[in-house]
Amino acid sequence: MDNSLFINIDNGSAVPVEKVPVLETEKFRASLIEAVKNKKREILSFFAMPEGEKFKLIAILGNALAHKFEISSCVIGSSFESMAQKVPAFELFEREIAEQYPITVTGHPWLKPVRNPDKTDFYKMSGDAVHEVAVGPIHAGVIEPGHFRFQCMGEDVYFLEIALGYQHRGIEKLMQGKLDNRFIHMVETASGDTTAAAATAWSHVIEALSGNNAPDDACKIRSIAIELERIACHTGDLGALSGDVAFLPTASFCGRIRGEYLNMTAELCGNRFGRGIAVPGGVRTSLEKARAEKLLAWIDRVRPELYHALDLLFDSPTVLDRFENTGSVSLETAESIGLVGMAGRASGIRRDVRCDYPLPEYGGNPPAMPEIDVQGDVIARARIRYEEIKASHIYLEKMLKEVPAEGLSAAKSENIVLKPDHIAVAVTEAWRGALCYAAVTGNDGSFRRVKIVDPSFHNWTGLAFALRGEQISHFPICNKSFNLSYCGYDL
Amino acid sequence: MLKALKARIIQGYRTGTFPKTEPVLPDRFAGRPVWDKTLCTNCGKCVESCPVKAVVKNDGKVTVDTGKCIFCRDCEEKCPSGALKLSKEYRLAAMTRSNLLASDGIYEPERPTDREFLKFCGKSLKIRQISAGGCSACELDFNVLGTLAWDMGRFGIQVVASPRHADCILVTGPVSRNMLLALKKGYDAAPRPVWVIACGACAISGGIYADFPETCGGIEEILKPDLYVPGCPPHPATLLEAMLRLMNKR
Repeated sequence: MDNSLFINIDNGSAVPVEKVPVLETEKFRASLIEAVKNKKREILSFFAMPEGEKFKLIAILGNALAHKFEISSCVIGSSFESMAQKVPAFELFEREIAEQYPITVTGHPWLKPVRNPDKTDFYKMSGDAVHEVAVGPIHAGVIEPGHFRFQCMGEDVYFLEIALGYQHRGIEKLMQGKLDNRFIHMVETASGDTTAAAATAWSHVIEALSGNNAPDDACKIRSIAIELERIACHTGDLGALSGDVAFLPTASFCGRIRGEYLNMTAELCGNRFGRGIAVPGGVRTSLEKARAEKLLAWIDRVRPELYHALDLLFDSPTVLDRFENTGSVSLETAESIGLVGMAGRASGIRRDVRCDYPLPEYGGNPPAMPEIDVQGDVIARARIRYEEIKASHIYLEKMLKEVPAEGLSAAKSENIVLKPDHIAVAVTEAWRGALCYAAVTGNDGSFRRVKIVDPSFHNWTGLAFALRGEQISHFPICNKSFNLSYCGYDL
Repeated sequence: MLKALKARIIQGYRTGTFPKTEPVLPDRFAGRPVWDKTLCTNCGKCVESCPVKAVVKNDGKVTVDTGKCIFCRDCEEKCPSGALKLSKEYRLAAMTRSNLLASDGIYEPERPTDREFLKFCGKSLKIRQISAGGCSACELDFNVLGTLAWDMGRFGIQVVASPRHADCILVTGPVSRNMLLALKKGYDAAPRPVWVIACGACAISGGIYADFPETCGGIEEILKPDLYVPGCPPHPATLLEAMLRLMNKR
């Protein structure tokens, strides 16, 4: 890539802000469109921040083949021209910018709110046989709030509109300013089921900005926590999918088995959701040899029970009948809206942060990407999850077996001082997909801007597309096959 | 059909033995903080280190508000003399806010006194959960109580789909401003009498998000809780023990 347009950096590294090219607005737009549309770069983050009286737009793209991030920027007054018509994946990022700052995005097809549920300007179909189904924000199950609006003809859904923002706590805004001891906890709870992956990404950002890298031991423990998180979430969701098609055996088995993996995480750190493992400078919890052996024996016991429960699910004709050809997202659609992670892989996008932008966590040997034929439907997302569970198990066993006799020790940074005027980016493969943390420091080393992009931010649009042309009764399994985060999106 | 039956035999009976026996908790479990005044050097590092201002020192006495505490162990780590420690006590819940304060002395979980509650809900408790800015960890671990590992249905506790069917509203999260209206409407839709459970540090006090302008800092100012369940998130054993105690079943 032309060096005058982008600066290349590695995952988990920082660079002085002045080294990031500041392009003219038109050139910035053209180079982003070119990079994403023709060169298949993925959009990891795209955000604005105040620059004096004006605003700076910063785009962070991923070049998977070169294993590098590409960062570019431009300075605008109070408006810029939308790129969404050319590259639909920019659509939501532009709406977010327009909502967060007094910036107008000209030519955007539909600048609807991102996190403001009070504005209820919903899309409406008209006609005699058309009817509308509105669900939420409070749902029937024990889940987070969100509003779904289905435009239907009979049982068929023509359009699903997803309105979120109910969980908005204003995390990004509160993370501006001086680094304080609450930040790590906000990161851990930005989306409470993605704690290990988020805390690892955030720790890399701080480590890059302070120049204190985490020791190898700590990186290994982090990767173990992330993979345990992945297995627990995939297991829970496969069980819930099973429950949604009234196949109760696997639903109840998986509900219990998911708890076993949460308890393994608690064995590591005392908390079932991996709170307090990854911290800037390393990890808070050591992993002794005896503990590793206990976890190994535990996995040996639970894994066959899990595989048995899942084989039963994938062997049941009634289940397959509901899962197959339901909620399809084609590769073309998935690429244009920028699906990430497991859902993206289920539609055939062969990307995985663990392989594409390696961090020291996996030491060059991340769990293998599943090699199965998939069509982007519910069964594809379910099968991919099963394959990922298997790959993570292989990885976990290897890592736990390799724990040396003296164990893996904890380490953390004290009195962190951040480099002034730098930008740092770290991305981890959370169980839903790419989770990006970017931070820009000012001249006193405090944060000018922290930008969080949860994988759900990319993928909610995918759910809306999955529902098109489906029966409304398929919504639960389509939704569960993605199982996106409300709070991770709402922040 | 035969396969499913065979699977049931292979998977076995898995419901835990709690509450007949105490739950098995990991050795690193972070429970109720305990302050030992004989060891305390009065350095105040615990107060400084707390990210949620749960630790206070008054006249040389250290108190931890478990309604704010996120059990992160920062205070324990910073305490040079080992005077402040997180015990393995998982019975954290209380029915009055002031009983969430942990300090020195012997701890006995609070007994229920609400006769009306026991009359209406002592045998069966129907709960509608409302997430208002929660990070989903509280929601997930409440859901866990419905799995066969905990099976709260055994005790007559059940999640219902609508507030219209509920005896009790269980709130998680610091109450984001965007959920305030829906929370109030949900509460108003429940038939009277109705009780309120505040589940997790966020719902009780706002937790990490206590003084965020986009949140209301917990439900205290909006709905008066009848049961406070501390934790970030509360362990399933903590939450189930809390509800059983409220129902006088334990």
